[in-house]
Amino acid sequence: MFTARKSRLALAGGAALVAALVLGGCASSNPLDTPTGDAGSGGDTGKIVIGSQAYYSNEIIAEIYAQALEAADFEVDRQFNIGQRDAYMPDVESGAIDLFPEYTGNLLEYLDDSSTATSSEDVYAALKEALPKGLTALDYADASDQDTYTVLKSFAEANNLTSIADLANVSSQVTIGAAPEFEQRPYGPATAKEVYGVDLAFSATGPTTLESLLAGEIQVADIYSADPAFQTEDIVALEDPKNIILASNVVPIASSDVADEIADVINAISAKLTAEELVGLNVQSTVDQKSPADIAKKWLADNDLV
Amino acid sequence: MNVFTDAIAWLFSPDRWQGTYSLPILFGQHMYYTLISVLIAAVIAVPVGWLIGHTGRGREVAVAISGAARAIPSFGLLVLLVLLLGVLRVPEAAIITFVLLAIPSLLAGAYTGFEAIDRRVLDSARAMGMTEWQVFWKVEVPLGLPLLVGGIRSALLQVIATVTIAAWVNLGGLGQPIIQGIPLRKFDQVLGGAILVAVLALVVDLIFALLQRAAVPAGVRAAPRKRRSRAALKATAAATA
Repeated sequence: MFTARKSRLALAGGAALVAALVLGGCASSNPLDTPTGDAGSGGDTGKIVIGSQAYYSNEIIAEIYAQALEAADFEVDRQFNIGQRDAYMPDVESGAIDLFPEYTGNLLEYLDDSSTATSSEDVYAALKEALPKGLTALDYADASDQDTYTVLKSFAEANNLTSIADLANVSSQVTIGAAPEFEQRPYGPATAKEVYGVDLAFSATGPTTLESLLAGEIQVADIYSADPAFQTEDIVALEDPKNIILASNVVPIASSDVADEIADVINAISAKLTAEELVGLNVQSTVDQKSPADIAKKWLADNDLV
Repeated sequence: MNVFTDAIAWLFSPDRWQGTYSLPILFGQHMYYTLISVLIAAVIAVPVGWLIGHTGRGREVAVAISGAARAIPSFGLLVLLVLLLGVLRVPEAAIITFVLLAIPSLLAGAYTGFEAIDRRVLDSARAMGMTEWQVFWKVEVPLGLPLLVGGIRSALLQVIATVTIAAWVNLGGLGQPIIQGIPLRKFDQVLGGAILVAVLALVVDLIFALLQRAAVPAGVRAAPRKRRSRAALKATAAATA
């Protein structure tokens, strides 16, 4: 069945396939590689390298920074969707990345987990202390992406709830659902009991937290404050007057040598980026399925920033 | 102090016996999902495997299913089922995932047990006048039991290892310390949870290894050679010479 001719054809075909794969492999680049060239400082060539986390909301903010800087005649190099802090912080600290949209509380926890600051101002001050030399925190925005104690609006109305302390007045069992590690976080149910006197049972709902809240399986949920659900669903975050929850506002982290040049442009953005605006941006991405570039362009135009 | 000693310290700390995630509760949840899933899978797979082994038909299908079904990514399937069935049906979604995982080993254990039986034994049984049902219950099932128990053992181990992912969808189990510990970067907790699952798997494996030995029918076990004294050996040699 296998003639000599067919064997030779098969061999030639196999060799061609292998060659194609090898050449294809040479062409692709590793998205996690540090940007080539400016290992020391990106400032001397005038090119600003902007990074982002592998999180759609963070990418939109980074794209806003990028377009605003381009409109101000800076040259921008986009290195988006890098990954988690363990992956990108080395590049940010070394100066390979010049500008990164970060979150005050989470970054502070990463750099110094012994800090006890929780309010927006305290966390920002502590973060500025904790940042390594060579990095500057520009103005932080009102927009945040932090934990919340969120309830359905109907539940809040029925039980007269405005702050977390009011949960103590609910007669039936109140369960809070969140990612599994929330149980042990310094702003988890144990602290709520200590500070507000609220008895909460814990359910590790993780990825199904929002659905469980909407289905009535849990009464309180830890929905991150920038979640589009705040606009698309009837939910409301309870107030935290005693600041047990770690504030985590959007803050641009910049290399010190470019910080002065870009401060005006970026601080103008942070001034207009409120919590509702950020939720709105996220809704455009998840519900309307728009690309980060389109969302950024529209937002900058609507806010007279370009 | 390395991570291993920290993990042992975490395991033996008194906190492990209190709270929503105490060890007895986690262990109970883990065994509950394991046993229910293997039981349901056995009810489905063992009769089918026996039928295939007894009639000799459908073997290729069984082999194909056993092979391909092992490749199902359990974690992906679990998340998919939770999305499809909704948050109110999470336990059902998990059980379906674990049942699908357990079926291949049980199916293989059942039909290979029957296939390994010498055909002459079955011929003699039929020659003695046994009906097909009698051949099935009195000859095939007992002789196929060791391999079936081996299949159960294999299924149990796979499911015990995989039930750790149930914690991802809020069903508890011994995976809970692992899944909670990683974002908190508490690696003593992560390793402690992993050690627990490993120890449980080893203990179950040991128990079933013994059960597998015990399942061999008495008549089939090789008779132990009695030790004979030298005098007896000499006498035997003289008698047969």
